[in-house]
Amino acid sequence: MSSDNSLVRFVDIQKSYDGVSLVVKSLNLDVAHGEFLTMLGPSGSGKTTCLMMLAGFEPATHGEIYLKDNPINRVPPHKRGIGMVFQNYALFPHMTVAENLAFPLQVRNMDKSEQKQRVDRALDMVQLGPFGDRRPAQLSGGQQQRVAVARSLVFDPDLVLMDEPLGALDKNLREQMQYEIKHISENLGLTVVYVTHDQSEALTMSNRIAVFDDGIIQQCAPPEVLYEKPENAFCANFIGENNRFLGKVSEDNGDTVKVEIDNNAGTVVAKKVNVGGVGDRSTLSLRPERVTVNPEPGSLPNIFNGVAEELIYLGDHIRTRFTVLGHDDFIVKIPNSANHAQLEEGGTANIGWTAEDCRALDPSD
Amino acid sequence: MATVQAENEVITTADGVPLKESLKKALWQRKKTALLLVAPLFLFVLITFLIPIFDMLIRSVDNSIAVEQFPNVVVEIRDWELDSTELPDEATFQALIEDFKVGAKEKTISRLGRRLNYEQSGMSGLFRKTARKIKKLETPESATEAMIAIDKDWGDIETWRLIKRESGKYSSSYYLSAFDAQKESDGSISMKPEDQKVYLALFWRTIRLSFTITFLTIILGYPIAYLLSTVKTKTSNMLIILVLLPFWTSLLVRTSSWIALLQKEGVINDILVGIGILGDDNRLAMIHNETGTVIAMTHILLPFMVLPLFSVMKTIPPSWVRAARSMGATPFTAFVRIYLPNTVAGIGAGGILVFILAIGYYITPALVGGTKGTLISNFIAYHISTSLNWGLAAALGTILLLLVLALYILYDKVVGINNMKLG
Repeated sequence: MSSDNSLVRFVDIQKSYDGVSLVVKSLNLDVAHGEFLTMLGPSGSGKTTCLMMLAGFEPATHGEIYLKDNPINRVPPHKRGIGMVFQNYALFPHMTVAENLAFPLQVRNMDKSEQKQRVDRALDMVQLGPFGDRRPAQLSGGQQQRVAVARSLVFDPDLVLMDEPLGALDKNLREQMQYEIKHISENLGLTVVYVTHDQSEALTMSNRIAVFDDGIIQQCAPPEVLYEKPENAFCANFIGENNRFLGKVSEDNGDTVKVEIDNNAGTVVAKKVNVGGVGDRSTLSLRPERVTVNPEPGSLPNIFNGVAEELIYLGDHIRTRFTVLGHDDFIVKIPNSANHAQLEEGGTANIGWTAEDCRALDPSD
Repeated sequence: MATVQAENEVITTADGVPLKESLKKALWQRKKTALLLVAPLFLFVLITFLIPIFDMLIRSVDNSIAVEQFPNVVVEIRDWELDSTELPDEATFQALIEDFKVGAKEKTISRLGRRLNYEQSGMSGLFRKTARKIKKLETPESATEAMIAIDKDWGDIETWRLIKRESGKYSSSYYLSAFDAQKESDGSISMKPEDQKVYLALFWRTIRLSFTITFLTIILGYPIAYLLSTVKTKTSNMLIILVLLPFWTSLLVRTSSWIALLQKEGVINDILVGIGILGDDNRLAMIHNETGTVIAMTHILLPFMVLPLFSVMKTIPPSWVRAARSMGATPFTAFVRIYLPNTVAGIGAGGILVFILAIGYYITPALVGGTKGTLISNFIAYHISTSLNWGLAAALGTILLLLVLALYILYDKVVGINNMKLG
């Protein structure tokens, strides 16, 4: 990301609330113009704190945040020109929907006719044209959500921040709103920084995802890279489903390593991603859909015998739990095709995978 | 969609009983329980609150004492006109002697004398003197002359006009006194002379001070309540204890300690003199006047403002103000346009609570108010326990009650009582 294209830059940001521990430890992050960046992480990982620092509601303990190359640490929130959508929408209950939308325009002393024009346009954008005279309490959760989004955009901010905006909605509505927000941001070319703990939401909406854990960005990459090429055990585990083996590197062949699984369960050939040399411990990560059942002998570097413990029919695929290499929680997703492998509970089968799909990562916990 | 029920079709339960009746029967049990739960408190409130208030309302217009003590006089005097220039006829005077004899024997006639004395001084003395002498009076030839012989006031037409005016079962005279008005001898109503006016100024002072106190509690309580609602629960719990601490101290002790602080030789004056701000000869008069009443009552009533405000503010998420700020509002605009309107319910609840408590407050103004800082309640107490003019006390109390009700209705019209949140 070249810095001349970046709208927001976090430089060496650190944040502590109590002077004892750091909530955010040395954050460096660029957000490009027009980018939809999601901060993803478990609660307490520091992602919301980062958003609050960007919005100006929390001061950074150390470091500097730049907006359009201007340092903004000392700029109060109302002068930053950043739109924000809050977790519980934060609509003003004593104002109608239209008044809510007009509020940012009123404080900018925009003239009445332009205010009305913009409010109407924003309401149309979120398909709430006829609801301008209602109070927020008279709207459903999804409608309130749309008002909150419209309100954050009505004054054409350079940047829009969203703090788990869909957290209070039920599943169907949440998915629908994900697409709606994504489309609005694409159509208007918005720069969005979005915070969520829901990985599927992050994968659906983002151009780039920054995975937070323990105050550190573990990996910041586009969704497909993050899913397919996680750089550490935390990302591999946090995004999507993942089979894990813990072991010790026994042979280093440059691109690949051989890892001896704990308890002498066997040796696996894996892609060397984030691991030291021979003798170091490593976590192996393997996606359930990258496992082949009953491969041709010799066609894959890793072929082991497993026991099918449990079969769950899920329509498009069959989720199978194997015991393999001493682990009884090895998940395989078998696609439901005409010639998919026939398995029975308790039966045995050979399962195999390529060295490329099995990533040798850092030895977390 | 299911078929729409015809409108006049009666929906029944499985056994054919109309649904509404079944539902009523099913709910009756629950209603019965609810009524039983409410009953003890309802009885308590009825006996200790509603009936006394009703009694007070009656007492403020009650004049049955005239009918009781002067049963014959009030009948005879009916024909006598107020604008008559002659004394009432002989029959009236005979009735007077008759009533006085009975009243003097039972020693109850002086009550009527006291009652009439409220309207015209000297009446009490007249009645006592007449009661003393009436026992020795044999049946005279002319009752009129005999009575005038006992006291020449019986020959004064004003005495009879007063008796005529107050001969009804009900009287408006207490209310007239409460409004500093009086009945002229011809029955017309006029305001009392300036030097006898007491109550209108007192009502005005009571309202003025109550508003001042309410305003001060808002000014002082609002920031505290805001702080309470924003700090951590652990801290706010401790601070609330500090706010409530005054509740746990005797009202009398608290009020007395204000005397120790505020009086001329008190702590505050001593300090001000000590550091040279005041000369020793012009110490501030902060007590036994309006200032003392306002200071002490603001202190005592402050928790009643803080608690409703706090409970409302706690429900306001910080994200509202943050949202306003992110949209470009300055801290001041965000406060005035977003935070303040959402705390109106708390201000209203606290304001009404403090105002109603202040307008009827008794003990603090009695102790620190002196003569210039006493309120209407102190005069009500005076008439109940010292002057024994219960009718006037009841009239003043009723006016106070109506005043509070009027303000309450006004509040409902302006702010809406449904908005009020007490906790």
